[in-house]
Amino acid sequence: MTWTLIRGVASGCILFGVPLLYATLGEVIGQRAGMVNLGLEGILLVGASVGFAVTAETGNPFLGVAMAMLAGGVFNLLYAYLVVTRRANQLASGLALMFLGIGLSALIGKAYIGKRIVGLARYQIPGLAQLPWVTKTMFSYDVLVYLSVPVAVVVWWALFRTRWGLSLRTVGESPTAAYAAGRRVDLLRYQAQFLNGCLAGLAGAHLSLALAMAWTEGMTGGRGFIAVALVIFSRWHPLRAIVGAVLFGGAVTLQLQLQAQGTRISPFLLNMIPYVLTLGVLVLWAGSRRSAAPGGLGRVYYGED
Amino acid sequence: MPKTLGGVDSTDGGPLISLRGISKRFGSVQANDAVDLDIRRGEIHALLGENGAGKSTLMKILYGFYHADQGEILVDGKPEAIRSPLDARRLRIGMVFQTFTLVPALTVAENISLYLPDLPRIPRRRKIAERIREVSARYGLDVDPEALVRDLCIGDQQKVEVLKLLLADARMLIFDEATRVLAPHEIESLFDVFGKLRASGYSIVFITHKMREVLACADRITVMRRGRVAGTLSRGAATEKDLVALMFEAAAPIDVSLPECQQDEAAAPLLELHRVTSKAHAGQTGVKDIDLTLRPGEIVGVAGVSGNGQRELADVILGLLPCQAGRKVLFGEDATRWSAGRIRRSGVGFIPEEPLAMGAVPWMTLLQNAALGNLGKYSRRGGLTMDWAAARADVEHSYAALGFGEPAVYAQARTLSGGNLQRAVLARELGRQPRLVVASYPTRGLDVVSATSARRLLIAIRNEGAGVLLVSEDLDELYGLSDRLIVLFDGRIVRTAAPNGICREEIGHLMTGSCDA
Amino acid sequence: MRSALAGAAGGARRVWALAAARYAIILVIALAAYAAVLLVAGKDPIKAYVDIVNITLGTSNGLSEVIVRMIPLLLTAIAVALPSRLGLINVGGEGQLYMGAWLATWGAITFTSLPAGVFIPLLVVLGFVGGGSWAAIAGLLRAKGWVNETISTLLMNYIAPLIVGYFVYGTWRSADSSAYPQSAAFPAAARLPRFGDTRIHLGLLLALVALAAYWFVVYRTEWGLKMRAIGGNPEAARRLGIRVGLTMVVVLFVAGGVAGLAGMAEVSALYGRLRAGFSPGYGFVGFMISWLAGGSPLGMLAMSFLLAVVFSGGSVLQLTQGVPFAAVNVLMAIILFVVLVQPHFWKRRKA
Repeated sequence: MTWTLIRGVASGCILFGVPLLYATLGEVIGQRAGMVNLGLEGILLVGASVGFAVTAETGNPFLGVAMAMLAGGVFNLLYAYLVVTRRANQLASGLALMFLGIGLSALIGKAYIGKRIVGLARYQIPGLAQLPWVTKTMFSYDVLVYLSVPVAVVVWWALFRTRWGLSLRTVGESPTAAYAAGRRVDLLRYQAQFLNGCLAGLAGAHLSLALAMAWTEGMTGGRGFIAVALVIFSRWHPLRAIVGAVLFGGAVTLQLQLQAQGTRISPFLLNMIPYVLTLGVLVLWAGSRRSAAPGGLGRVYYGED
Repeated sequence: MPKTLGGVDSTDGGPLISLRGISKRFGSVQANDAVDLDIRRGEIHALLGENGAGKSTLMKILYGFYHADQGEILVDGKPEAIRSPLDARRLRIGMVFQTFTLVPALTVAENISLYLPDLPRIPRRRKIAERIREVSARYGLDVDPEALVRDLCIGDQQKVEVLKLLLADARMLIFDEATRVLAPHEIESLFDVFGKLRASGYSIVFITHKMREVLACADRITVMRRGRVAGTLSRGAATEKDLVALMFEAAAPIDVSLPECQQDEAAAPLLELHRVTSKAHAGQTGVKDIDLTLRPGEIVGVAGVSGNGQRELADVILGLLPCQAGRKVLFGEDATRWSAGRIRRSGVGFIPEEPLAMGAVPWMTLLQNAALGNLGKYSRRGGLTMDWAAARADVEHSYAALGFGEPAVYAQARTLSGGNLQRAVLARELGRQPRLVVASYPTRGLDVVSATSARRLLIAIRNEGAGVLLVSEDLDELYGLSDRLIVLFDGRIVRTAAPNGICREEIGHLMTGSCDA
Repeated sequence: MRSALAGAAGGARRVWALAAARYAIILVIALAAYAAVLLVAGKDPIKAYVDIVNITLGTSNGLSEVIVRMIPLLLTAIAVALPSRLGLINVGGEGQLYMGAWLATWGAITFTSLPAGVFIPLLVVLGFVGGGSWAAIAGLLRAKGWVNETISTLLMNYIAPLIVGYFVYGTWRSADSSAYPQSAAFPAAARLPRFGDTRIHLGLLLALVALAAYWFVVYRTEWGLKMRAIGGNPEAARRLGIRVGLTMVVVLFVAGGVAGLAGMAEVSALYGRLRAGFSPGYGFVGFMISWLAGGSPLGMLAMSFLLAVVFSGGSVLQLTQGVPFAAVNVLMAIILFVVLVQPHFWKRRKA
């Protein structure tokens, strides 16, 4: 019995963790550039609804994924415009994006409520699926799951091994220093938010095209905010985000599995874990966390005029 | 990667940099006044002078941080327009500031890479680290390229700043008060570095107020005073006496024609500090082992160069910085653990160094700021209402008593001129009839009229029996107002004396940490 | 144009007129943009707006529904505005609201035999303490310098509804519940009284009193002066002897308490039971209202009313034109967007 539980949790970890991971990676890029985007929830919903709509219309889930990414990226440019060009308050701008995303996705998705689609196909890893103690469903995931860790590695590489990444991180730590070193602060920030939007759109698409294969209003259920918490929990590091996503995804799935097993622990308590964990970690790291967060996070940069 | 890393190609014998007739004014202050200066190749040139002499401003103009009002800059004999630090760096001029422009969360190598002129899209990290190690070894600037800058001590961070400039192909390095944050042995290393750099043909300009250093390593010394060049000497020809004479001129004493107070030696002291030590504000020095007594009816002047513990001394007395060691006694009671509010209520007032940043709420009116200074006095019915009429009456009364004219009670603090803001602060603080006043640079940035009236006020309250701790960078002011002088250097009191028992030269020596005079 | 406007802001009446003009322009732009959205969605915006005005403002039933919606909005707005005077950002109205409802529910289903005269004040106290303690945790974390209050209140927003869910699905679950779990019904004495036969309840009084108290405390008392000093220059406040950390905790407690009242009122007056997820995001909208109004009491009153109309309009549109209720978020977003873009006429002094 426990073995089924472990198997269920393991595959649930991965399935639920993947959209979290993508969303977190996007927010990591954005926060590394100095901007807190609370509108992730909205972008996720836009990605989910657009992806689903396109797939339902064209029957091609890959096209759906691509359009979801594009939609997310463009949508987030609104946030970038507010925060970078108009120098607006980041929190309020994020909330505006959240509201807009909730509303727009409801409008877009309305026609598709109840529709079923053929979502992303699942593939088995050859070899692994043949192992004796593994069931057929365990190593059988869609392409986005398999891509998630490589994407995380690519994000890490881009941030820490390229000139662009160095400039971006400097912008997030100290826009003045970046400017003094001749970097174009505003352009880098726009780029960061576009990528943030694309990744979040991708996460949303995974939700509607691979996990649920359906569209319901507000189907992201606060995952956008879990992702913001995850960014802090992973100390703004893409590779640590993998661990965090698996952990938090595990917490989400654990309650489903336990429920299926008929166990007594309330799902509500389990759902609290990500937030309580993050809060606890923040308090524990209170001294050193200040050094982990990008130095200029949340501050409006008025430029050198 | 720069090609001339082996050193600087020495062309002809003309100076590398020539500044001609540089003038710069900030508001009412003439920071630089027709300054001429030559920097030669392969020399260590010291710019010596007190705070506010204009040394920093001059070099910031050269570095493109400021634009001169008049004058020109010649590089290699050719006039150049330097409009920004980027231009300066293109001309291979680099500057190491007092506050570093490093990014603490990045590694040494990353910080240096940011400034490399031809960094490839995917930097070759190993190659960069090798070059860093190579250059560090050559000039004695050893740091670990993979270390995070924030984990480095200040001395090592400074090395990174230098490496940054060297690898970005600078040929002239300007250091602004480089030794302020260094320990004595680190200063030795830095001078070694200077020597090695000079041997390779680099030019070094280093700005300082410390005589001993200047004599230890400079080839030529230019002394600045009040925005002008007072003189340029070569090291062989310079003695301490000459330098001090150039740095501090003898000026007419402040005319304060008020009766001298007969201080009562037997009266109980207002403030006693016994071996008090405190932490420092960022980048400065904390107070160390301070013994100080302040009696009623005396003004104790604190002389010293900014950053040697004055702010910490004031904050410790006011209860804003905790005493890490030692005891503080206020009005006879042990006040070591008192909160800032309690100290204030016991009759201590303060005149802050920066009135707008530290002593007022910028968007609030003069009246509101005044009421804030007297919390509890105007609240009625248990805090439910405030008696603004009484507050206003008090403000007007203070202003009248101090001879300040009509207060603009409804003007926002941030719209007031420096002088008017200082008047508002003085009226608020002195209107409470404090027994002890901590005045930090009370006349800084003020016009002559406001400054004089502020000084008279301090004398007046002293005559009424209050005690004043006066921190100032203006030696004339200190000499004119103090009953007793103490000199702070590196957080310690290095001398206590009456004004007529110590001459300016000696104070100059003590302030600048040169050998005991 | 900006300087001309600024120069004209002489007497108080001109200032109010300017403020009203600002809000009006924002509204017009937002409505126009929303109309465009509706058009794209294939709906008729003119008919939509006409319907909304007729039903929400035209009928007495509609108007009373608007006011009912306004109550929690106003309360959560105050919960954001109060700490903002200190420069603190409280995004936790949602969570504080839930905790107020939770503690009040505990009282309602535990002390079942109290008379209304005692019960109602008890519920008010419990609602206040519930929300207040929740917010005070964040305040303490901030005062100690451990966690920024924006992040902590945001995270706690998600924990609170889960706590409520835990109890509603668990020990408080009522056997006589219908399709979804809810708590036992509140005794009649524990239901907030209503005005006449409308659904407008005592919460309105609480909200108006809270608003008046907010205005009074912040702008008339010494505490308010101290609070605004901290918001204006925390360093100077510290030097003048103000106890910044303590003030932070106390103010957040009070703010959370006000939000808690909103939760208590919703549950006690409207539903009579505690349900999971009963708030459609009032906390976030409260943030938006406070932010739009710049913390001005009259502005908050006006914006709460306006947004209550928007919310009611959303229900109307859902009924008449099949527009999903969630679409009101688009209108709210557009309003926020227009303000954030900071067109010239919106600039106002920071208070």
